[in-house]
Amino acid sequence: MTSAEAKLVCRNVWKLFGPGAAELLAQHNGHPGADAIAEAGLVGAVRQVDLDVNEGEIFVIMGLSGSGKSTLVRLMSRLIEPSGGDVLFKGENLLKASQARMIEIRRHQMGMVFQHFALLPHLTVLDNVAFPLDIQGMARAPREARAREMIELVGLAGKEGAFPRQLSGGQQQRVGIARSLAVEPEIWFLDEPFSALDPLIRREMQDEFMRLQTVLHKTIVFITHDFDEAIRLADRIAIMKDGEIVQAGTPEEIVLTPATSYVAEFTRNVARAKVIRAQSLMVADTTPDPDGPSVSARSNIAQAAPLFLDGVAHIAVTDDATGAVIGRLDREAVVSLMLQG
Amino acid sequence: MATPRPPALDATGFQAPSQGLKLPYAWIVAVTAFVVLWLYGEPIAKSAFDYPKAYTVPLAKWISAAMKWLLNDASFGLFSFTELTRFISAVLDVPYTIAASLLSTGVLEGSGSSAIQILPPLSWVAVIGLAMLLGHWLGGMRLALLAGGCFLFLAVFGQWSSAMITLASILVAAPLGVGLGLLFGVAAWRWRWLERAITPILDLMQTIPVFAYLVPVLFLFGFGPTAAVIATLIFATPPMTRIAILALRAVPGEITDLGHMVGCTDRQMTWRVMVPAARESLMVGMNQVIMLSLNMVIIASMIGAGGLGFDVLAALRRLDFGAGLEAGFAIVALAIALDRLSQAAADKLSMPSPEPRTQSAFARHPYLVAGAALVIGTTLLGFVVPGIHTYPETLELSTGTFWSEVVAWINVNYFDTLEAIKNAMLLNVLIPFKRLLGSLPWFGVTAFLAFAGYRLGGIRLALLTAALSLFIAATGQWEKAMITVYLCGISAVLASLIGVPIGIVAATRDRLWSWVQVAIDTLQTLPSFVYLMPAVMLFRVGDFTAMIAVVAFAVAPAIRYTALGIRRVDPRLIEAGRAMGCTEWQILTRIRLKLALPEIMLGLNQTIMFALSMLVITALVGTRDLGQEVYIALTKADTGRGLVAGLSIAAIAIIADRLISAGAIHAKRRLGLE
Repeated sequence: MTSAEAKLVCRNVWKLFGPGAAELLAQHNGHPGADAIAEAGLVGAVRQVDLDVNEGEIFVIMGLSGSGKSTLVRLMSRLIEPSGGDVLFKGENLLKASQARMIEIRRHQMGMVFQHFALLPHLTVLDNVAFPLDIQGMARAPREARAREMIELVGLAGKEGAFPRQLSGGQQQRVGIARSLAVEPEIWFLDEPFSALDPLIRREMQDEFMRLQTVLHKTIVFITHDFDEAIRLADRIAIMKDGEIVQAGTPEEIVLTPATSYVAEFTRNVARAKVIRAQSLMVADTTPDPDGPSVSARSNIAQAAPLFLDGVAHIAVTDDATGAVIGRLDREAVVSLMLQG
Repeated sequence: MATPRPPALDATGFQAPSQGLKLPYAWIVAVTAFVVLWLYGEPIAKSAFDYPKAYTVPLAKWISAAMKWLLNDASFGLFSFTELTRFISAVLDVPYTIAASLLSTGVLEGSGSSAIQILPPLSWVAVIGLAMLLGHWLGGMRLALLAGGCFLFLAVFGQWSSAMITLASILVAAPLGVGLGLLFGVAAWRWRWLERAITPILDLMQTIPVFAYLVPVLFLFGFGPTAAVIATLIFATPPMTRIAILALRAVPGEITDLGHMVGCTDRQMTWRVMVPAARESLMVGMNQVIMLSLNMVIIASMIGAGGLGFDVLAALRRLDFGAGLEAGFAIVALAIALDRLSQAAADKLSMPSPEPRTQSAFARHPYLVAGAALVIGTTLLGFVVPGIHTYPETLELSTGTFWSEVVAWINVNYFDTLEAIKNAMLLNVLIPFKRLLGSLPWFGVTAFLAFAGYRLGGIRLALLTAALSLFIAATGQWEKAMITVYLCGISAVLASLIGVPIGIVAATRDRLWSWVQVAIDTLQTLPSFVYLMPAVMLFRVGDFTAMIAVVAFAVAPAIRYTALGIRRVDPRLIEAGRAMGCTEWQILTRIRLKLALPEIMLGLNQTIMFALSMLVITALVGTRDLGQEVYIALTKADTGRGLVAGLSIAAIAIIADRLISAGAIHAKRRLGLE
């Protein structure tokens, strides 16, 4: 968030469905208004999107159905051709890339997980996971070894010979995740990966996803329509409405200072303690005892609260990477935050 | 995306809700105008009744001339058109010869009567065994017994050699048809412009009667099994193409996205992602192609396919009912075996199961090993024990004389009754209706069709129906076309009168429906030829016989669509009806039938299409319509005459199809189902 460089950058990206989209954009200098779009008989699926996805972060795009979020993620990988703007991936403009170059980039640097899993029904779990490698032309032995590794990683060892239809929804999505990771992508797109699962499984998969991310440190673009999911997983969130991004920021920023009444509608029922992180509430102080109770700077207050149960007045806050004590979380501050709901 | 609706639709769309009780004024005016023209127009406007000879388009002559030119003079520079057709024949002759050697003739050295058999064909025991092995592999013991039983039937009733010739043609035509159809389908899926280009051709090819295909094939490729295979290919490829396009289009967008995301090239996308993902629907297409091939191979006996079709045809010509019926039963047995086997294959291949990879080659392919052992074993044994190689004649059963006697008995005892029924129908229904249609002015009919097209589907449909109707009149086919319409119309009405009530009764009774379903499924797998035999037996030749055969053939879709339409009515609405205290009768008439109406209309549409396709074949039993025209053209190898008559039948089919479909959409919209 601070020093990390942007992996994927969208600059004034547009997608207008209907004939004559490019002309309309040219006429209006790349910024047609909603009226002009309607007048031309076009549908503005994605409008004027600017965003940076930084190395190693989970960037969540949240929006209700029809807000353009699924279109946006497809513009980023050029599955859908943008009507205008630039998409820079590691500094390279994807919209200028040749078809062969795009194939090359997608084969080796991008991975995607789909809402309805998109598993190939005629292949076993093993062959599904190995499929992207097979497409690259990798020999059978190494690609199957790699696929087995991935299957192990997502906890499906023993299911290699099963067919997708023999698996539950959660298991199928694990296969989808393993497949998208098999190529060791530099950017990982997840298009509503857990929306088709029932709530208990969804929760379990979210935990699993966070576990994977602590191991893998991928750069992630995660699409969801579920605000709680966004809050839970995101380093940064962009909220979309009618094809535009209405607000982008960390979960804390969005919950504490919603930009519009539309955003406020989502944040109203979110418990502050689950959003605000220890590093925001702590007092900078390197004196507390590192061997006493401590939390990492990125944990939220709800996670830290149980540590106060045995009556301590404050606990230590440690840096995520180094483990060094960087601050102190006071009991009063935590209690007053929890009381606010 | 909002596309502006045509103004014509808006006008009708707004009228409907604004008036409570609305008389169809436009229709009344149109019908009145039509009747006035019909009753009083003849003295004033002669040419509205008889299409003026001077304006007749000699399309048949042009086509014939063009075909002659193709055959005699056309050249592509390096090679002539004739050389091309010979080349195609020669290429197709190779697989056919192999299949025929295996199943029927054996491997021959030399040709004609001096040929010496080097290797015998597969023994009957081997073929039955292979069918059973295939059945067991695909669908277990029951299917093995069914397949074995059907083939044993062929051997026991002395139909073996004919059946094997028919089977050889299918073994060549069906895989080629599936392959070609898939290739066209993939190409049309990849290039939109190609799909747009071939869709109308596919539509047309599905409505042109099968006989009409035979004429140019006969002209270009001559008489014989290879020409029959070509005709079968031309007939069976379009449906596969259509199914392939639909199946590929139905693959979920996410799967396509996946293909792009893992970096597939176009070729990988097609063959590694799309085709495998669509394979369940493609397998359904395979089953259809096999059944269509069987149907066509039987009909293609007219251009030398030989086999069971030829037996039926020859029996029809001799009026030897026993022999014809026996061959007919053999076709049924073959059809059932092929249908069930290919359906099981579709199920099995679209649902792969894990294979153990570690065993030896023998253990991995038990069926292949067993099959090879069977073939080698029976061939060797066949040299010692001839009965294993060729089914011993002494054990053959012939029911031919039995059936002939049954027919004779029926004719002796019930001749008067049957004759009375036939004559009563002819005199009171068929002939008056035929006269009525014959007296209609072509101009009035064309104008009325245009009007109906306009009301139901707008200006484009109006132009289409008028143009097609004009085509029939202008090529001098009007009179014969009206006979076709009369026979088809009466048969379709009768089929609906029989089929719709059966559908209604069966729809709400699950057990009955499952039986009816088996019955109509079986009826639909039977080649159309088979329907002729019993009708001819009882009523000899003529329009009435044709009608009976057509009704028997066309009743299945009427039953199916009615029952499906009723069964698909939202059960919540039925529940709501019950909650309001509707009686069963009210539920049927007020809810089920009302909401099933569009589906029933589609059933009617299918019934008409089935009737038309069968009607053409009834030319064999002496009708006087366009079908007869095609048949005569076939016997004279007159391409122009055959194609023009065939196109006219297609025109009738398209007019009926488009008008009824438009009507069904209209009805759906009114019912709020769309």
